[in-house]
Amino acid sequence: MRKIFERIIETILTMSGAVTTIVILLIVIFLFKEGFGLFRSSDIEKGYSLCIHADNSAERLTPEQIKQIFDYEVENWEVLGGSDEEIVPFRFDEIFSRYSDEELGEDYEFMPDKLGEVIRETPGIIAFIPTQYLPANRMGVNVLPETTITPADFFGGKEWIPTATPAHQFGVLPLIMGTLWVSLFAILIALPLGLGVAVYLSELAGEKMRNLLKPAIELLAGIPSVVYGFFGLVVLVPLIQKGMNLPVGETGFAGSLVLAIMALPTIITVAEDAMQNTPRAMREASLALGANQWQTIYRVIIPYAASGISAAVVLGIGRAVGETMAVLMVTGNAAVIPHTLFEPVRTIPATIAAELGEAPAGGTHYQALFLLGCILFIITLIINISAEMISSKKQTV
Amino acid sequence: MIEAKDINFYYGDFHALKNISMKMDKHTVTAFIGPSGCGKSTFLRLFNRMNDLIDDTRLEGQCLIDGQNIYDKSVDVSALRKRVGMVFQKPNPFPQSIFENVAYGLRVDGVRDKQLIRNKVEESLQAAALWEEVKDKLKKSAFELSGGQQQRLCIARALAISPDIILMDEPASALDPISTSKIEDLIYNLKKDYTIVIVTHNMQQAARVSDKTGFFMLGNLVEYNDTKKIFLSPEMEETQNYITGRFG
Amino acid sequence: MKRKQIEQTIAFTIFRLLGIIVVGILFWILGFIIYQGIGVINWEFLTTSPTDGMTAGGIFPAIVGTLCLVAGSAVIAFPLGILSAIYTSEYAGNGKIVRFIRVMTNNLGAIPSIIFGLFGMALFVNTLGFGDSIIAGSLTLGLLTLPLVIRTTEEALKAIPDSFRTGSLALGASKWQTISRIILPMAFPNIITGLILSIGRISGETAPILFTVAAYFLPKLPNSIFDQVMALPYHLYVIVTSGTDLEATRPIAYGTALVLILIVLVMNLLASFLRKKLRVKDK
Repeated sequence: MRKIFERIIETILTMSGAVTTIVILLIVIFLFKEGFGLFRSSDIEKGYSLCIHADNSAERLTPEQIKQIFDYEVENWEVLGGSDEEIVPFRFDEIFSRYSDEELGEDYEFMPDKLGEVIRETPGIIAFIPTQYLPANRMGVNVLPETTITPADFFGGKEWIPTATPAHQFGVLPLIMGTLWVSLFAILIALPLGLGVAVYLSELAGEKMRNLLKPAIELLAGIPSVVYGFFGLVVLVPLIQKGMNLPVGETGFAGSLVLAIMALPTIITVAEDAMQNTPRAMREASLALGANQWQTIYRVIIPYAASGISAAVVLGIGRAVGETMAVLMVTGNAAVIPHTLFEPVRTIPATIAAELGEAPAGGTHYQALFLLGCILFIITLIINISAEMISSKKQTV
Repeated sequence: MIEAKDINFYYGDFHALKNISMKMDKHTVTAFIGPSGCGKSTFLRLFNRMNDLIDDTRLEGQCLIDGQNIYDKSVDVSALRKRVGMVFQKPNPFPQSIFENVAYGLRVDGVRDKQLIRNKVEESLQAAALWEEVKDKLKKSAFELSGGQQQRLCIARALAISPDIILMDEPASALDPISTSKIEDLIYNLKKDYTIVIVTHNMQQAARVSDKTGFFMLGNLVEYNDTKKIFLSPEMEETQNYITGRFG
Repeated sequence: MKRKQIEQTIAFTIFRLLGIIVVGILFWILGFIIYQGIGVINWEFLTTSPTDGMTAGGIFPAIVGTLCLVAGSAVIAFPLGILSAIYTSEYAGNGKIVRFIRVMTNNLGAIPSIIFGLFGMALFVNTLGFGDSIIAGSLTLGLLTLPLVIRTTEEALKAIPDSFRTGSLALGASKWQTISRIILPMAFPNIITGLILSIGRISGETAPILFTVAAYFLPKLPNSIFDQVMALPYHLYVIVTSGTDLEATRPIAYGTALVLILIVLVMNLLASFLRKKLRVKDK
């Protein structure tokens, strides 16, 4: 009886032991299933097709090219591999300025024919029309085959405009750049500050100061990120705007500042632990050789704690990369590749948080946001694994 | 040359050293023996002010080196420690190369002359009888050496800053017999240039290497005399009992 | 000789300054929010619903919502986390499996909270069909807190010396008896401390609840675990960034931020109080 009971307990415990593994597995499955759906989605808006004149030899157009065409940034087919012909972008609603309602019919029953006419008449045309109104008579009309978004479009795209028509722009580069810029700069600010405080706490501060500072830093670590974001928004953002004389204060720099403050507790705690772990014998040996306290700190303690300190830095970067709310609130969220830190930028987590609410479940936009999640997941995984490798590395020269 | 006058030392409320006075001569080896917790290490560490690092301690009395009280306010502690080298119980090389370990004391003293450092490192390693074993791998990590080699490295490290006095806190207790005998030979050879004070719980070791021996018990210096005298005809009964192994 | 003393003085001055700067930042943030928010918080603010397009009134529904979420995620994360920690520290030995589990737990702990939000939305809200609800939000938050609970519990268990285990086993007790009668009661105060700290963390998380439970404005209280609720951190986010009249809502925002900080502060104080009490008992 007792044996059976023990077996049952052990089974339950074993199963609980696997729970984190299962959760990670589930996260991977759901994230990647939704995310990679993007590469099976059409690169233009659902329910629409692109038609060109039959004589036009243009083939696959990337979402970026389509956007350039409809923004009148590319004006000749030659640029896109076609013949020397001026591009005439044609949006569906233009049909109403060409034909009266009578001509199109009560239920738009003549719409396909009229659209066909327009396309046949204009050699340079590219028409963006609902698939249901595709001309029945395909003479002189070339319907561009439906293509899907490719990884190249996603990872190489320079613009993130999910609501653009005819082709959504899911270029992830500006988001990745934004995330990296903001996080790296945050660490650049937080590292010297954090290390300095760690040295102070570990080597200089008296008992009283430590007893005051350690709980304070713990509290700083516990404050929710929205509160940091709020503080950044009402205090730092106006300060940056005025201080730097910028048109807006919501900038990558504001994000970096807030992230730096948030990363401080992690860096301080981990680095201080590492320094505290320096064996007493090392300190004594150094002092016994006539080194003073400062020489002991920078020649013995810091090198000894180096791996712990680098782990702190990497973990700090990891937290900064994944931080969502605070960054969302202060960076201005412009999805353009940043040139300086003093303009609005947008990070991956902030994009997900800002847009997922408006993206219908299962749609292209939704899938694109999940793919962003996958990228973020992989980035943080790499960071975390490298942090572990650094801190488990044996202490040698 | 080294003199302790009426030393009392406290860890918080604990009275660790009681009224100790003694003199140690130049170029001799003095050994401190006694059961663990008797205060011999604490006493040793007074002479390079290592006890300063421990919070909540108090010292009464005077420690004089060449007539100067080393606890005087005007004394530069770093300079003192440069004069009074120390070798610890467990070998504690820095996580650096063999070369850098020996050069450490010179570098923190502000020496920049590379040739000088190189010469000094070689000289010190020679003096510590380690040169032949490491001369081809000076750039290697000090952690790659064996325990005995590491301890001799630590001795070389202490020698490199040209001290007058070397304090050794049970330098061979963590080592195997062969390494121990190497260290003992080394101590014997170093005597002509340095004043050495060594703490040990190994009585044979004290008998082999030292000129004078002090026996400590419960914070008291029970007996202090020529080593031969201590081991052959001690004056105090406690010393007799300890040496013959009746307790401790 | 002099030079190295000067260097030391300069370096230490810099470190002291850095220490002061960081303390300064901390007190700046806390002081600012306390100063701005203290006048807002009163009984009415804590017990009434928002009114006038969230430019007036209190934050009662958000407090209730956060309490629901804390309770819900505690129900999920605490037992699961404690059991998992017992397995890894008491049963699984020290082999490859434990190392693997530990790596997984660490990795789970490093995943950004927004990814939990995505995952919770995909699994609980859409696939399992819970919709935006307390249960979806609690599950998401619960999984997010799991690594923290596991880690603190494991540390608490490891702090118990092995002699107690062998002592109990030597008297003929089974493994589970040893754990349930000796180890767990001894580790209990430390485990509780960890749990309290994790409550502080749960109550401030925003990203995971954005798409799993949080309501923009919902003055009525939830009836079941399938209802949506407002939550404090989301409420703060909303009134700060997308209110109808940002100036008018500022005081409410300060008040809400202060309530959030107070929750964390109280949890930290409670935890350190428990820790101290435990230490006294040890003596």
